[in-house]
Amino acid sequence: MTWKPRLADGTAPVLVVLVVLLVALAFAGPAYSEPAGYLALLKRAAPLVILAIGQYFVVVSGGFDLSVGSLVTAEVVIAARLISGDDGNTWWVIAVLLGFGVLVGLVNGLITTKLLVPSFIVTLGMLLVLDGAVFLWTGGAPRGALSPSFRVFGRGAVDVPVLGAVPWSVLILLAVLVGAVLFMRGGTGRTLIAVGDNENAVRLAGGRVHRLRLLAFVLSGVLAALAAILLAGFAGVSAQVGQGLEFRAITAVVLGGVLLGGGRGSVVAAAAGALSLEALFSLLNLVGVSGALESAVQGVIIIAAVAYAAHGAGLRRAFKRRAAPALP
Amino acid sequence: MTVYLALVALLVVGSVLVAVDGGVLLDQGGILNILTRSTVLGLVAVGQTMVIVTGSLDLSVAYLIGLCSLVAAETMSGQGSMVLPGVVLALAVAAAVGLVNGLVITVLKANAFIATLGVALILRGWLEQNYTGPAGSVPRSFQHLGYDRVGPVPVAALLMLLIAAGAWWYMRRTRPGYHMYAVGGDIEVARLSGVRTSRTIVIAHVLCALMAGLAGVFLASRLGSGAPYVGTDAGYDLESIAAVVLGGAALAGGRGGVVGTLGGVLILATLDTIFDDLAVDPFFKDVVRGVVLIVAVALYARRKLTSGRTS
Repeated sequence: MTWKPRLADGTAPVLVVLVVLLVALAFAGPAYSEPAGYLALLKRAAPLVILAIGQYFVVVSGGFDLSVGSLVTAEVVIAARLISGDDGNTWWVIAVLLGFGVLVGLVNGLITTKLLVPSFIVTLGMLLVLDGAVFLWTGGAPRGALSPSFRVFGRGAVDVPVLGAVPWSVLILLAVLVGAVLFMRGGTGRTLIAVGDNENAVRLAGGRVHRLRLLAFVLSGVLAALAAILLAGFAGVSAQVGQGLEFRAITAVVLGGVLLGGGRGSVVAAAAGALSLEALFSLLNLVGVSGALESAVQGVIIIAAVAYAAHGAGLRRAFKRRAAPALP
Repeated sequence: MTVYLALVALLVVGSVLVAVDGGVLLDQGGILNILTRSTVLGLVAVGQTMVIVTGSLDLSVAYLIGLCSLVAAETMSGQGSMVLPGVVLALAVAAAVGLVNGLVITVLKANAFIATLGVALILRGWLEQNYTGPAGSVPRSFQHLGYDRVGPVPVAALLMLLIAAGAWWYMRRTRPGYHMYAVGGDIEVARLSGVRTSRTIVIAHVLCALMAGLAGVFLASRLGSGAPYVGTDAGYDLESIAAVVLGGAALAGGRGGVVGTLGGVLILATLDTIFDDLAVDPFFKDVVRGVVLIVAVALYARRKLTSGRTS
């Protein structure tokens, strides 16, 4: 009896890409000859992976969330302003940040579902509003400072018995990933994919389409808040932290073989897509490709990935068609 | 067209607000301001209308504008005799980028969002690698395009309107134009009806890129040199999509047109001018722009609901 891992459609290619990149990293840089290097990579990648998981929920249900990048910026700026360097403020500010993520997700979702505005436009509008509001509030330069206990999540580590020092962000990432996988295995998660595939069928079958869409946006918002907390700890406060992250998250999701327009793809693949993207950037860095060409490479990669996905499906179909007459 | 009612309402409200503030919105300077702002966005948005009606999208226009401004200015490098080659070369580059967009979408079957985002990232990498700031220079004779006017109307705005009229004629009065609507409405039905869908999509992308190229050339004329980020700083990618949607086009394709888009462009330009007159914080503009965009599209969706059409 052969055991075959149960992988969702389209997950295998991105995992192969990821493994190739990780092996290439080991050859390219001495830092990656031991686990610590990969742990550092995971730590660096955690915010983007978490963002990609949030974006996955929205994309797989047939939408876009273009507002996550500016939401991350807004969260970081708010955190610095509210904490203003005082450790005592850490916990309630974290609660406020997560609440703000939920709120933005709710607004995105409610306008999309109740006012029937395409999510592309809604989240684009939200992007403009958040960007403008952040600068309006700060006058261009963020004020305040983060507290040491707040920054622990992004840069600190805990001692785990076997592994040694494991960064907090990696543990949080694992928790989010496990939660997301369990959620997608459950009934709600399956219905969410069905909404992206055929909304009317779900509605006729008695599924609550609006509520599911809303949930996807709220999850995206709250995960963006979480990513912002990690990113703020890791990278510090600036008005540019979130810039372009929305497109990076969408790139990661697409790289993972998730179909834009919804209905296909796994959350693990989306996370692997984000990790591949970060691994690729690390590799380019090690090989000595300058930061400017990074975006050009990103452009080529996503076009290639999507083209491969489209043609992979086409080839499979062609193969099936040819094989079909052989069946009785 | 609802968008023009909204424009008139905006002009009235804006005039009152500016008057209360002690100024005049629609004096010669104000009109000039609105028209100048409309020129670049108008060019880009008319092109964007074609791809959106076809059911596609172009996120690469902003970087393409910067690239074309550089190609034009560097080719001219201050010599009057090089104006024509500069313009032609810039447009050729634009057409090539549009062709790539179209082919990636039709031949490689990549989603338009990703395809044009990918091309945008490639252009960005090129610009970041090769330029740190403005480059090239435009001869004085070419600056007439950016600054001359007929009465209160800038020459460039007239040219933009002429091109928009051409686009309107192409989309509403020619066979390839009808094909754009057919492909955007339902690509399978269009294909089965004998429309060459791939060719239609490629043409739409080439025309859209050409318009962005023209916008770049015009900006080079106004600035006197090429500037790598002149398109992205103004957010012409998302802004042009916003204008098209404000004009009543459906992002899914098949609905919309040049006339509505120009209304959307004028609304955005008027908003900007009003804010300038009122000396409103520039960042507040973004907030209002976002809200206006969402509200406008929500109103369209509502009207579609009440008129009994289901999608």
